[in-house]
Amino acid sequence: MSPHFRTISELRSFREGLKKARDPESPWIAICCGTGCQACGALEVLEAFREKIQEMGLKDQIGIRATGCHGFCERGPLVVIRPQKICYMNVTTEDVSEILHQVANGGGVIERLLYQDPLSKQRILYEEEIPFYKFQQRIVFGNNGEIDPTDIDDYIRIGGYQALEKVLSTMTPEAVIQTIKDSGLRGRGGGGFPTGIKWEACRRAKGKEKFVICNADEGDPGAYMDRSLLEGNPHSVIEGMLIGAYAIGSEEGYVYVRNEYPLAISNLTCALDQARAYGLLGKNILGSGLNFQIKISRGGGAFVCGESTALMASLEGRVGEPRAKYIHTVEQGLWNQPSNLNNVETWANVPIIINRGVEWYTSIGTEGSKGTKIFSLVGKINHTGLVEVPMGMTLRQIIFDIGGGIPKGKRFKAVQTGGPSGGCIPESLLDLPVDFDRLQEAGSMMGSGGMIVMDEDNCMVDMARYFVHFLEEESCGKCTPCREGLHQMGRILNRICRGEGKEGDIELLEDLSLVMIESSLCGLGLTAPNPVLSTLRYFREEYEAHIEEKRCPAKFCRDLISFSIRPEKCTGCGACARVCPTQAIKGERKKAHFLESQKCVKCKACVEACKFEAIEID
Amino acid sequence: MLVEVEALDEILRKHGYQRAGLIGILQDIQSRMNYLPRKALQYVSQCLEIPLSEIYEVATFYKAFHLEPRGKHTIQVCLGTACHVRGSQRILSYLETLLDVKAGGTTKDLSFSLETVNCLGACALGPLLVIDRKYYGKMETGKIESLLKKYQ
Repeated sequence: MSPHFRTISELRSFREGLKKARDPESPWIAICCGTGCQACGALEVLEAFREKIQEMGLKDQIGIRATGCHGFCERGPLVVIRPQKICYMNVTTEDVSEILHQVANGGGVIERLLYQDPLSKQRILYEEEIPFYKFQQRIVFGNNGEIDPTDIDDYIRIGGYQALEKVLSTMTPEAVIQTIKDSGLRGRGGGGFPTGIKWEACRRAKGKEKFVICNADEGDPGAYMDRSLLEGNPHSVIEGMLIGAYAIGSEEGYVYVRNEYPLAISNLTCALDQARAYGLLGKNILGSGLNFQIKISRGGGAFVCGESTALMASLEGRVGEPRAKYIHTVEQGLWNQPSNLNNVETWANVPIIINRGVEWYTSIGTEGSKGTKIFSLVGKINHTGLVEVPMGMTLRQIIFDIGGGIPKGKRFKAVQTGGPSGGCIPESLLDLPVDFDRLQEAGSMMGSGGMIVMDEDNCMVDMARYFVHFLEEESCGKCTPCREGLHQMGRILNRICRGEGKEGDIELLEDLSLVMIESSLCGLGLTAPNPVLSTLRYFREEYEAHIEEKRCPAKFCRDLISFSIRPEKCTGCGACARVCPTQAIKGERKKAHFLESQKCVKCKACVEACKFEAIEID
Repeated sequence: MLVEVEALDEILRKHGYQRAGLIGILQDIQSRMNYLPRKALQYVSQCLEIPLSEIYEVATFYKAFHLEPRGKHTIQVCLGTACHVRGSQRILSYLETLLDVKAGGTTKDLSFSLETVNCLGACALGPLLVIDRKYYGKMETGKIESLLKKYQ
């Protein structure tokens, strides 16, 4: 029977009991079961651990915990031996018995599963010494590795709901708002609006009831930190929302989450049930008089629903179309009542600020951007994963020190930040300190924190086209500049990529961009030209090569390249012919093959299959 | 009647017969029936007392909803940015040629539906292919044909 806390002191003594019940020195094993690791077979590994531990009779000696995402998705499944934090990577079910033996015997490590430094070839034992982790500051994300997200006791044991206790017992709502204002916390969803000011406006607004909403409609392609937080530490978000509800004076909350994130939904549902059972949600929470409930609403797969007014329309069960914001949502949002919307990561920052204080929090980051930011470092990068760094770290440090640089010895070309509303930043700006304001100056934006690294093989015109097409599909169609502007931009970019670009196309793109920035209804349209403008700003010569010379410098755009087989390199192994979907490659075994260009659909299957670099792209 | 009325009642009850729950109602119908049959939508329209056109407005606005029957297996090609820079467009073209169906469509024998999604958040594994919720990472065009054989 789970406890139901009626007072703050009951919760406190329960936490003390949990702490005492566990010896901090006793060994336990954390198995990362985030979506990334699950896709690599983490659940099978977890099952193997559970079976073997029974078989070997170690159940009382070694603890097993399925945790949320640890961040280093490239090397999943990840297994961390606690409390020493020995980090094993790419663990398979075959390694399980050996790991258990080592842990039970209290010594020895399995060299082959450790991280190996690519230059020195040295193996690295501890998680915090691996370069990927060493340069991070994981204040929000770090607890993912400590707890089982489906067990509220784990969260309480590490100090969970302590910030709520503090707020309810010692702070007035105004004092909470002042603290959040003083901390300089800015919205992590992309806009960077000061959170405290938003809360204050919502508190002051008049309405029958007020709503706090968590935006977990993480639509930016290539960003998944919100999902990993919800999956790995849902209670931190719930606690943040509770504190927000107290400060603002709300009794009802919503989490709007993408339906594509099944694990996040199930972990959050479980966390809400447990919080309710413990009396941390519901009526008269911890005897303080605070009433608060949270409901989950699953999104229908529309990028525009990340926009606040569209999200609220969707919560009401309508189509997710934004409206003009001459009346702010803090005054009239959901059901026309004052509504305060913050992103997942923003909410998760709140308990940390309350617990550790403004002074500590503001010591991290830059002048205008305090605290840390989680980025998803993806694309052409050696260490793909989620990284949390203090604001102000340079792109170079993030990409090369933490991310381990570009694979296959290729050359770095650009990094795209801010998702479809952001822009591409070139090599010359790699020393840019990353914060809200500096990214904006460079023609990009923080966005929700996607960082997509591109190498010499990526075409920047194609990148612009990719985002414009993405946005064209996702535009709700309500306002003309966005709907028609994106459509026309898409047509022009298609033409350029096909080698049918005309003189004046670049200027036309710039004109269209200006109109959209001036006159679109919501953030989607207002920022939609960014990918085009930023690539034009830094990679204009690539556009010109496409238009004037009908040439794609990155050899990427299909209509501007052709494939052929170099007879001197071809061994006649037939690997290319086997994978060709259109049977365009012919030849006798062990003799040089040839490629019929009329049949070729330029899918590059042959390039991937060929081990001898015999396929040439012109 | 094609549509199981009891199942629909159960779904509607779960959402408290609320207009606000419409998206959730449609999601639940789809996960049960694999698409949104017109008759089911008519039934929802009657029970919630909202015009059918309004339901269609919602059902056609959100990408997640399908108005046509789906294939036995659903193949999703992730076209998120991380997968895009690693060549997911080629994976999609290859599948379109191989299955002779465009993205969004279903093969004539109803064995596969081919869909695209914008980021499933497993970017380390890009390019990513998902078949019936099982993830296949670091996909190459050469691996696809043998992979699909498992599902035929």
